Amino acid sequence: MTRIPDEEIARHGLTPDEYQQICGFMGRDPNRVELGIFSVMWSEHCSYKSSRAYLKEFPTKGPQVIQGPGENAGVVDIGDGLAVVFKMESHNHPSFIEPYQGAATGVGGILRDVFTMGARPVANLNSLRFGELNTEKMKYLVHGVVEGIAGYGNCMGIPTVGGEIYFDQCYAGNILVNAFTLGLARTDRIFYGTASGVGNPVIYVGSKTGRDGIHGATMASEEFDEGSEEKRPTVQVGDPFTEKLLLEACLELFKTDCLVGIQDMGAAGLTSSSFEMASRAGSGIDMYLSKVPLREENMTPYEILLSESQERMLLVAKKGREQEVFNIFEKWGLDAAVVGQVTDGGRFRIFDLEDKLCADMPVGAVVDNCPLYHRPAAKPGNHDKITGFNPETIPVPDSLNEELGALLASPTIASKRPVYTVYDHMVRNNTVFRPGSAAALIRVKGTAKGIAMTTDCNARYCYLDPETGGKIAVAEAARNIAATGAKPLAITDCLNFGNPEKPEIMWQFSESVKGMSKACETLNTPVVSGNVSFYNETMGEGIFPTPTIGMVGLIENIENRIPSRFQHPGDTIILIGKLTGEVG
Amino acid sequence: MRFSILVFPGSNCDYDAYHSIRHVLGQDAEFIWHEETDLKNPDCVILPGGFSYGDYLRCGAMASFSPAMERVKSFANDGGLVLGICNGFQVLTETGMLPGALLRNRSLSFVCRDVYLKTENTALPFTRSLDKNRTIRIPIAHAEGNYFCDPETLEELEREKRVVFRYCDRKGNVTEEANPNGSLNNIAGITNREGNVLGMMPHPERAMESIVGNTDGMGVFQSLLAQFQKTGAY
Repeated sequence: MTRIPDEEIARHGLTPDEYQQICGFMGRDPNRVELGIFSVMWSEHCSYKSSRAYLKEFPTKGPQVIQGPGENAGVVDIGDGLAVVFKMESHNHPSFIEPYQGAATGVGGILRDVFTMGARPVANLNSLRFGELNTEKMKYLVHGVVEGIAGYGNCMGIPTVGGEIYFDQCYAGNILVNAFTLGLARTDRIFYGTASGVGNPVIYVGSKTGRDGIHGATMASEEFDEGSEEKRPTVQVGDPFTEKLLLEACLELFKTDCLVGIQDMGAAGLTSSSFEMASRAGSGIDMYLSKVPLREENMTPYEILLSESQERMLLVAKKGREQEVFNIFEKWGLDAAVVGQVTDGGRFRIFDLEDKLCADMPVGAVVDNCPLYHRPAAKPGNHDKITGFNPETIPVPDSLNEELGALLASPTIASKRPVYTVYDHMVRNNTVFRPGSAAALIRVKGTAKGIAMTTDCNARYCYLDPETGGKIAVAEAARNIAATGAKPLAITDCLNFGNPEKPEIMWQFSESVKGMSKACETLNTPVVSGNVSFYNETMGEGIFPTPTIGMVGLIENIENRIPSRFQHPGDTIILIGKLTGEVG
Repeated sequence: MRFSILVFPGSNCDYDAYHSIRHVLGQDAEFIWHEETDLKNPDCVILPGGFSYGDYLRCGAMASFSPAMERVKSFANDGGLVLGICNGFQVLTETGMLPGALLRNRSLSFVCRDVYLKTENTALPFTRSLDKNRTIRIPIAHAEGNYFCDPETLEELEREKRVVFRYCDRKGNVTEEANPNGSLNNIAGITNREGNVLGMMPHPERAMESIVGNTDGMGVFQSLLAQFQKTGAY
């Protein structure tokens, strides 16, 4: 076999050093299929190679935590045999390239992450960042993103109950679309992404595989340049109706006892789901690509393995119970096919469309031994300058009324009603505090409980002082939760930053994580899931560091809820806390 | 009283209707899968909201050909009560059980919010407990709720008092500003000539409990129950 040219290796986002490590693990040069697999699995998006070392700082444990980071979503106990399952994830790069589909599939992906754990999704939130609304392009992006979120969530019948939107010029070249989903599950029916039990069938369910989204994960691990528009074909196309069928079919399957493990095919599709499931179980898999349901002709093994076609799941069932799985998916009109078996020995073997071996790789090398970087971090050179600003130097305006009017009219502060009325925020009949409240509140039918949820981050504070900004983001979320009458339980996060290969970005990241960790420890709100999105840069300009917090709280008796609006004329208004002249 | 709720693969307000009927009103509710041909002997059939078959074609167009809908048609022809809510209303117009069509909203966007409704006809089994002089606040949530029909049909609907609900302001004024989707004559719900089939875009089943901030949706169901308790049947 001839060695793959250096340019092709570079195009796969792998450094010469990383390629050498791959050859070491493989004991030979990888072929193109294997290179493609390493490329996506070792991408920043899938491997967290720049962030893992820091993410270890997060407090992740607590008596309420059933499952912390490392699974498809976090699981937190709310008593009465019930758990909330939640996570937030970014879909920034695709949404900038193709706003409707980018945002829609962002919602679709996070929904799958939650229902793959055995939960029925009951609420969506989001956190959006755009540039100033002064260009046609930005208006198009806002409109497309909002319609995309609505198009997917509304069709699925999952209410979008809250969120936040900021407009700032630093996002003009890199909008942020962070989608949050919360589901409800029984604590005795949580499912994990594991491929255990030698001989058990590996079953593919859901939509057929096409050529869409190939190398989406690699795209999300690069900066944007002039050619980014050409990456439109790497954005997947969503089909919420199929996802609704997939959701209902999976929930039906969870009621049987024939399931061993299940995972969403998200970024890096069939590859990441199967490798991660094998890695968690310490097993191997033999996979036959000739069995994979395909939507297009003449697809190569490389394309099949790296496709990010939406609305697909991979599951491992107990041997002999295949027919029960097929019956359920047939009822919902979905494909289901045995595409492989669990093996022992920790090797992943892939057979092509002629059933010839086309890849043979150690699972551990691909998943567990991916690179871990301690990238250099340094305070930006202009930091003292930007933090040296004294708010006292701002002159007191002549007309405070006028200034107040201008403030209230700015898109970031103004009512978001035109946005949230596009989202069905009432379906499922649980919405107690609708969008526009401090935090959203839903009831849990059959109990007295309520679940409060919010997404928060003031990125300007993080830009000025990432550690304090990280603390403030967590504290703001906790205040919003507490304002409903609920007790903060745990958080998920979406850490949106620039290029981690730049020391000042790494400094922003490590400081933000430090601040968040301290606040989470103090408030007893462990981090149970999350996502890192680096490379939010265009032409070398990064966004403000934006570590978005998604916090969940519990109110034991929902009758004790407190609405965030004035109730009666004549009521006393009390300001709690000190005003110390912050600006922002 | 016994309700059968049709479930298409993309229905997503089916459970909301079930919950409201079963747990709020304490009545019987059964789900009927779209491929079934037995409606399980209901006193009233509900076609719930959602996206029946994804509705990538016209909303409700495919649902109108489902086996269960065939049974619903004969059930209605025999005088059975049928209530179509949101997507259910769209299905009823697609099957021809109600005239007209639901077009894309004037705004071209989905809209979810509370609206006020004026009950124009309180002589129906669905509306007898409602008051013509009192508006009700009910949520809408749709992208295709813009009621349209030809002028002759519109004239006929008005003359025969088959416009059951109209969008209005809080005080009951039927104004252009109170029209959330561009519907002709602010039409929010209509009935068939016999008065046993009602289609409406607003969601009464979402407004049945004070915990969700609104109980104005009770009126439609209380009308049905009051009538049923009085006669035992229709």
